[in-house]
Amino acid sequence: MLLASLYNYWVVIALMMIGLYMAIAQGNLIKKVIGLNIFQTSVFIFYISVGKVDGGSAPILTAGENLYSNPLPHVLILTAIVVGIATTALALALVIRIKHAYGSVEERDIQASEDAAAAGGEKPC
Amino acid sequence: MSHLPILQVILPLVAAPSCLIIRRASLVWLFTLGVSLAALAVSALLLQQVYTTGPVSYALGGWDAPWGIEYRIDLLNAWVLLIVSALSSAVIAAAHSSVARELAAGRQTLFYTLYLLCFAGLLGIVATGDVFNVFVFLEISSLASYALIALGRDRRALWASFQYLIMGTIGATFILIGIGFLYMMTGTLNMADLAARLPAVGDSTTVLAAFAFVFVGICLKLALFPLHLWLPNAYSYAPSIVTAFLAATATKVALYLLLRFTVTVFGVDFALASLPLEFLLIGLGLAGVFVASAVAIYQLDIKRMFAYSSVAQVGYMVVGIGIGTATALQATLLHLFNHALMKGGLFLALAGLVYQIGGCRIDAFRGLGRTMPWTMAAIAIGGISLIGMPLTAGFVSKWYLVMAAIDSGLWWLGILIVLGSLLAVIYVWRLVEAGYLQSPPQALAMIRSEAPLGLLLPTWLLIGANLYFGIDTRLPVAVTAAAAQFLLGGAAP
Repeated sequence: MLLASLYNYWVVIALMMIGLYMAIAQGNLIKKVIGLNIFQTSVFIFYISVGKVDGGSAPILTAGENLYSNPLPHVLILTAIVVGIATTALALALVIRIKHAYGSVEERDIQASEDAAAAGGEKPC
Repeated sequence: MSHLPILQVILPLVAAPSCLIIRRASLVWLFTLGVSLAALAVSALLLQQVYTTGPVSYALGGWDAPWGIEYRIDLLNAWVLLIVSALSSAVIAAAHSSVARELAAGRQTLFYTLYLLCFAGLLGIVATGDVFNVFVFLEISSLASYALIALGRDRRALWASFQYLIMGTIGATFILIGIGFLYMMTGTLNMADLAARLPAVGDSTTVLAAFAFVFVGICLKLALFPLHLWLPNAYSYAPSIVTAFLAATATKVALYLLLRFTVTVFGVDFALASLPLEFLLIGLGLAGVFVASAVAIYQLDIKRMFAYSSVAQVGYMVVGIGIGTATALQATLLHLFNHALMKGGLFLALAGLVYQIGGCRIDAFRGLGRTMPWTMAAIAIGGISLIGMPLTAGFVSKWYLVMAAIDSGLWWLGILIVLGSLLAVIYVWRLVEAGYLQSPPQALAMIRSEAPLGLLLPTWLLIGANLYFGIDTRLPVAVTAAAAQFLLGGAAP
């Protein structure tokens, strides 16, 4: 019963874990970004779920409706979605530059060419 | 006067896109410097106002507090605002020649735009009294700083920036989850309102989870050991000016957030009762001090060495929060200020070095005392302040921290803090030895000369402040003592 009635929170938890795991464990930078997106999206769904009031309608003033869902989390999440898009755009722009600079978007290749450069005594700063 | 709290944030925020209209890099630099100085004037007025008449509250758009967004300036954030805008002014004053040397001509205007955005974000985090607003400003400053780091000349700057982006976004999203839990339990986002409502629901696991998420999220941003992995690369490969700015301000703001959430929002009683926070903060802080200082000793790249040293210094500040007495919090706030002065000065001096010889490996320091005497002296004095020798600012905060530890009966902690400082002696000594006791390599002895005056003056301003506040401690000690008292709920002055 509890499982079924709170199903959206279970979805949130599942998505959150999938996203976090991908962002950390994936070697491909694009997949990392996708993981980050899934992680953020799970939080958006969480906020929207919090705002839901049982039996409440959309928060628009109409005659005969007295019970509304809470609109505040929706507004917050609109902001967070914009932040998420900006993050994704920046991350993808960085991936393009990394691809130009290293010739790869695989973490392993990048690390390998870093180690090779370090062994060759390339100067940082 | 009544609009000061919002002016503090809106000024750099509006100025950022204006840079794109001005276009000419030198003019944009002057403009950025002007904005930064104006922000400094605003924060000085605010601090003065708060110090004499108590906290200032500003209702954004005229919507009253728990419903609208409130900007609330008390002694704690007025102090941090002053630190951030003062350090930003010093760093941007030095920026012109360094940025012109390290960045392509077409990117310089964009650099100042990003810089102002980052600056506005940091000020916003500190000024606001609304937890969701904190998240928004945190992301503004973070996104700007990822882009700033990626401007570094080395391709590793891109990789460092990407790694920071992943870690930083996870951290910020953790904070967002925590804020969601808090809103679920209390129905409010206003910090003061949260602080009033949380005790009623304090024993629910949701509030505990909220605290855990917020705590870990902030510690990621703070680079508290062992969540510091993004920091050394980001600091090493970013343009020199960016490193100086981030080292002097960004971690300070994250530390402010940690203080604000643990002490004001959740309250010391809740925070210390629900999690073994004292143990956690002192343990991780000390681990950071020792591990990061030990790693710093072996670094060949000096920018990277001071980056690890920053992780260690964050450790000291966190230990102060962990002890939790008024003196300890005061020590943390003092170290916040002093460390900003030290690292600002040191990284600006390194910027001068990079300007002259294009790198800052330890080899570059050989004979530096002869070829670039002013830069080397600045690094030496900054290093001495970092160790915490008497007559420098670093000594004052370490002294208060050790006193706080001993007052709380933690004499072993006092000894460990002093031992940690000895590790700093080792890595600073390497520089002093190379600079003053070795002779410059033949090839470089002829061509090397002092860094441009535009870089050297701000560097010495900060280094001079290290010496000044090491001797005349009245201002920082008075403000931080009052702020610590205020934080712990004592009578506001």
